[in-house]
Amino acid sequence: MMLYGATTRGTPVTDDSQLSEPTEDVSAVDRGISVAGLNIYYGDFRAVADVDMHIESRSITALIGPSGCGKSTFLRSLNRMHEVIDGARVEGSVTLDGADLYAPGIDPVAVRRRVGMVFQRPNPFPTMSIYDNVVAGIRLNSGKLRRSETDEIVERSLRGANLWEEVKDRLDQPGSGLSGGQQQRLCIARATAVEPDVLLMDEPCSALDPISTLAIEQLMLELKQNYTIVIVTHNMQQAARVSSKTGFFNIAGTGQPGRLIEIDDTKTIFSNPSEQATQDYVTGRFG
Amino acid sequence: MTVTTGALSVGDTSPGFVARRMPRWIEIAIIVVAVGLALLVPVAAGGFRWGWALVVGALSYLVLVFGTSRVLEDRRQSTDRVMRVALSMAFAAVMLPLVSVAWTVIREGASRLDGTFLTGTMRLTPEDLLAQREGVAAGGALHAMTGTLIITGLAAAIAIPLGLLTAVYLVEYGRGRLARAITTMVDVMTGIPSIVAGLFAYALFVIVFGPGSRTGIAGGVALSVLMTPVVVRSAEEMLRLVPNELREASYALGVPKWKTILKVVLPTSVAGILTGITLAIARVIGETAPLLIAAGLAQETNLNPFDGRMTSLPVFTYYQYVQPGIPTEAGVARAWAAALMLVIIVAALFIIARVLATVLKPKGLR
Repeated sequence: MMLYGATTRGTPVTDDSQLSEPTEDVSAVDRGISVAGLNIYYGDFRAVADVDMHIESRSITALIGPSGCGKSTFLRSLNRMHEVIDGARVEGSVTLDGADLYAPGIDPVAVRRRVGMVFQRPNPFPTMSIYDNVVAGIRLNSGKLRRSETDEIVERSLRGANLWEEVKDRLDQPGSGLSGGQQQRLCIARATAVEPDVLLMDEPCSALDPISTLAIEQLMLELKQNYTIVIVTHNMQQAARVSSKTGFFNIAGTGQPGRLIEIDDTKTIFSNPSEQATQDYVTGRFG
Repeated sequence: MTVTTGALSVGDTSPGFVARRMPRWIEIAIIVVAVGLALLVPVAAGGFRWGWALVVGALSYLVLVFGTSRVLEDRRQSTDRVMRVALSMAFAAVMLPLVSVAWTVIREGASRLDGTFLTGTMRLTPEDLLAQREGVAAGGALHAMTGTLIITGLAAAIAIPLGLLTAVYLVEYGRGRLARAITTMVDVMTGIPSIVAGLFAYALFVIVFGPGSRTGIAGGVALSVLMTPVVVRSAEEMLRLVPNELREASYALGVPKWKTILKVVLPTSVAGILTGITLAIARVIGETAPLLIAAGLAQETNLNPFDGRMTSLPVFTYYQYVQPGIPTEAGVARAWAAALMLVIIVAALFIIARVLATVLKPKGLR
């Protein structure tokens, strides 16, 4: 897989061999992310300051912290979604597979093909059927594909998202007709259908009921065998359940930038963190 | 009707949740009194007129409902009643001209909307003119119908791409000074008097075809000047309604921005954009003044918009009214029939747009 080779618009980023044999070269790729000296701005306002962290390949990293501390902003900077907003910019480096995602000449579109994202609110495309939603990324990127190929991708992605059995008889129905939890799993299937290396999840369960949340969490534990997952969550139990590492973000006060207080093994963060602020937050003695 | 709840009794109003309500018979009495006033007051003032009766009836009903409700019920209920009555009356006042116009046009125009009208032109032979004096229907508006379709089609062909692209630019790309300037220009364009648009198109095509030229394309350009800002405005509104989440979902899949707009944003808003385009077409299809100047008047069918004058239905209607020929009734009847034809074309457009919008509407959009 080449990041640079795929930067030209219209070039299929995922070649055929990779589509048909998803697990072939998985072990060869380092899917970890290194972040160094990252400062994130909205115009003149610095929202996140001086973040250094390493996100391990093929594991789940959870980011916790109070509202407005910059977790989501940080997450969006990992696949260059942050700059979609007017006046938003980033300083520092985010390195994936040996390449600095913010180096000059890097195409943000190509970055997003390798770093997928699942949003807080399920957002299937309303004009598309369940089937078309799953293959949307592939179709919009590489144009026409044979029906047999897309059939295979749809089944594999939906099975991967534990949704296949629930929707296999109504693939041509609109995706927005599904329940919230099903829609979110559809969005996960859509994100994984383009075979990214990394999956960013921005509070993926905050709009869901506990049963759907459980389904998504189980799915994440399965997905981490192939993907590096970074999840932002307000639910500390969720972070404790699914993640191997947890990072705690905090904000000193209104108008101050959010900072990464510490990142460590999830067990350590929840039992014996090195910072008092983390201890206060995870035990609910915050503020 | 009184609502009573047993368990809870909160607040300072003594009976808890029980509200005072006007008895039914008083509501009926108010109607009776209002109708009585509507009949009596105009007579007392010097003669019954329907218009006066309606105004007096409506006003007295409004005042009576407010007064009685204020005395017998509380303030919130009286406000509610007054607003409900006022809104219903406003609705009726809006519907009145619409129904009246439709009814009059159908009544006056239907009789002359015959085969001769649909297939003939105004190139009348001496025999036709003689027959017309005898009271036989002669002359048609085929040339005006083709003219209307060609001129409006040309206007749409210019204004729709231009307007849509401008709207996409404003919503998806435009930032800062240029975008603000364009928005202002579009607002200014909305206010251009239609006759000025006609003069502009006429002047423009004098440069191309020489003085005195009146052509279908000039008419089309004149109408497109009027149509473009309407398309921009409505398409802009519709594109802004597309949730940002959908754009972000598409970006996050590694889809470039232009493809996101083409495959996600536009399909999501297509129903609303179509409705806007239809309204824009309806806005210009009835224009008379600019076409009088830019496209002129023709008596027979001209299918070439680049050469010679071309008549549209509104211009045809106008000329049949001001120069009806002999006898006058023949021309006036043709004018009514042409007006009816125009209404039918616009209605057909709306139905087509409605059907398309229903078919293309995204299913289950929140």
